[in-house]
Formats: sequence, structure tokens, C-alpha cells
Amino acid sequence: MQLTINGDPHTVAAQLTLAELIDRHRSAGNTSPGGRGSAAAVDGEVVPRAEWSTFAVRDGQAIEILTAVQGG
Amino acid sequence: MNDSFQLADELLASRLILGSGGVPSMQVLDEVLAASQTAMCTVAMRRAHPGTHGSILDVLERRGVRVLPNTAGCRTAHEAVRTAQLAREALGTNWVKLEVVADDRTLLPDPFELLEAAEALVAQGFVVLPYTNDDPVLARRLQQAGCAAVMPLGSPIGTGLGIGNPDNIAMIVSEARVPVILDAGIGTASDAALAMELGCDAVLLASAITRAQHPAQMAAAMAAAVSAGRLARGAGRIPKRHHARASSPTEGMPVL
Repeated sequence: MQLTINGDPHTVAAQLTLAELIDRHRSAGNTSPGGRGSAAAVDGEVVPRAEWSTFAVRDGQAIEILTAVQGG
Repeated sequence: MNDSFQLADELLASRLILGSGGVPSMQVLDEVLAASQTAMCTVAMRRAHPGTHGSILDVLERRGVRVLPNTAGCRTAHEAVRTAQLAREALGTNWVKLEVVADDRTLLPDPFELLEAAEALVAQGFVVLPYTNDDPVLARRLQQAGCAAVMPLGSPIGTGLGIGNPDNIAMIVSEARVPVILDAGIGTASDAALAMELGCDAVLLASAITRAQHPAQMAAAMAAAVSAGRLARGAGRIPKRHHARASSPTEGMPVL
């Protein structure tokens, strides 16, 4: 299925949870799966971390994976 | 004297709050945290890039510095509320430095979007610390909305122009029922001291330190300035007058 992850198009296998997707996208050191420091929104809606492992990603969705960086 | 102050339900050990924006490296950030003795530092929320090593959170945690997420870059209340929600998920804090700016050229707060976002976030249980204009009326409205502090600008973000309208800052302080934190525009130590002399409870700054030639040295200067300004405020300065007033005795002058 086709997804947009942080603005870029990606083709991924069907049957993927948000937790698995974030795990693949993980940036070692600043986001760890299930760990602190990262957050995700799907189609503009925040998905709480507790729901990541059961949240089934669907074709065409836009996913934003965020982390804390220097700023402000 | 860097005496602690109460902000929402937290007692912060320093009245100097740092922004991490513009810091050239994590090493410099670490030095700046140490030299400033700050208790809280802001971070922004941005897209995670695969393969990035090291996190600003590790540096803050090692120094025991509280993390304050911001909503920098947001232009609408909608974006700012979403960003605050994501930060709460990511960082496990319901505190947020609320920024909703109008445009890139001025980075001035958009008062209408700011107030709307503040009301929404307070309703969702956030501790809202709004970056606001030096407008006493807007500061009052933000307090009425339930913000835990008001953070008026001295001058636009990153300009280093200092406090452009000290009378407005003093007016905001005189009316405030929540802490007033001077946020943005600080250029050098005397600006931070002035903020405290005007009665602000704390100072939040980033560029003045992170973009200084010697960041750690400027961090130490800012810590000293905040302490000095706080002391001077408490000491009660002499009133300004337009004619001289002798400090030596006027009695007992000899005839020569």
C-alpha cells in the first residue's frame, strides 16, 4: 500500500501497525519504539502511543512522525 | 542570587529559562546548560529523520533540566494545538510554550490565533505558557483564559534589540496575577537585568547565548544579570529626578 510518511511517498506491505511502521522509521538515539521522545499523527489526528501497536495503517494515509529537536 | 520561583505546580531553581534554538552542537548546549544553571530548556517538535544519532533529550536529562516543548513555526491555533498534543505524547509533559506567529519576517505573535489556542489547550489540561506581544490587554486576556504565565516579548525573536517598550512590560507586571517571563529580543546581559528590574519573574532567551561568540561565557553573564536585576528590583531603586542631588553633606562647608 501507498503511504505518505513525513511528506515522502512510501510503498509498504499491507497489514502494518503504526508501531511497526515507526519501528522501521526509527532514528536510533532520538526515537525508540514505544519509548519517549517521539509522537505520531495519522491524517492530522494524534495517535496516542498506547494505541500504536493496535492501530492498523491503511492505504493512502499520511503519517507524521515527530521528535524533539533544538528550538525555541 | 538565583532564587527559585513557582511556575504552575513546579518550583524552578532558576529564573533563567533557556531556549535551545541556534545552538551549534550538543556539546555547546551542555556547556551552556552548566554555565547558565538553568532549570528548564525549550525544544521544538519536528519530523524524525531515520538514522539520526543522539538526542537533545539525553543532554537535558543528564543535566537534570526540565524540558519545555514549544509550538514554534505554527501559524494557526489548529496547528499549535496539534503540536502541543504531539509534544505531550512524545515527552510526557503537559507544559507547553505556546507560540503562534503571524509571519516569518516579524515572527510576531498572532494575537487572535494565540488566544484561541490558549483557550483550547487550557481546556485540555495543558499548562500554557504563551509567547505574547508586549500588549497589556492581550496579557490580561491570556491570564483570564487560564494561562499559567504570560511571556511578553522584549523585541522580535532573534533580533537582540532588547526591551523596546519597558513601560508596557512594567504595566503587564503591575497587573499580572501569574508569573511574567520576558521572552525574546534579549541581546546582552543588561537586557536581562532590565527585564528583572522591571519586575519580571524570569527571563527566557536563546539566540543571545547560542549565537554569541562564546556561548558558555554569555550563559554565565545572563545568569549573573538575572540575579543582579532581581536583587536590584527587590532593593528598591532610587526615583529618577531631573536635577542633581548632592550625596555629600551640604552642612559644615568651610569658608575658604
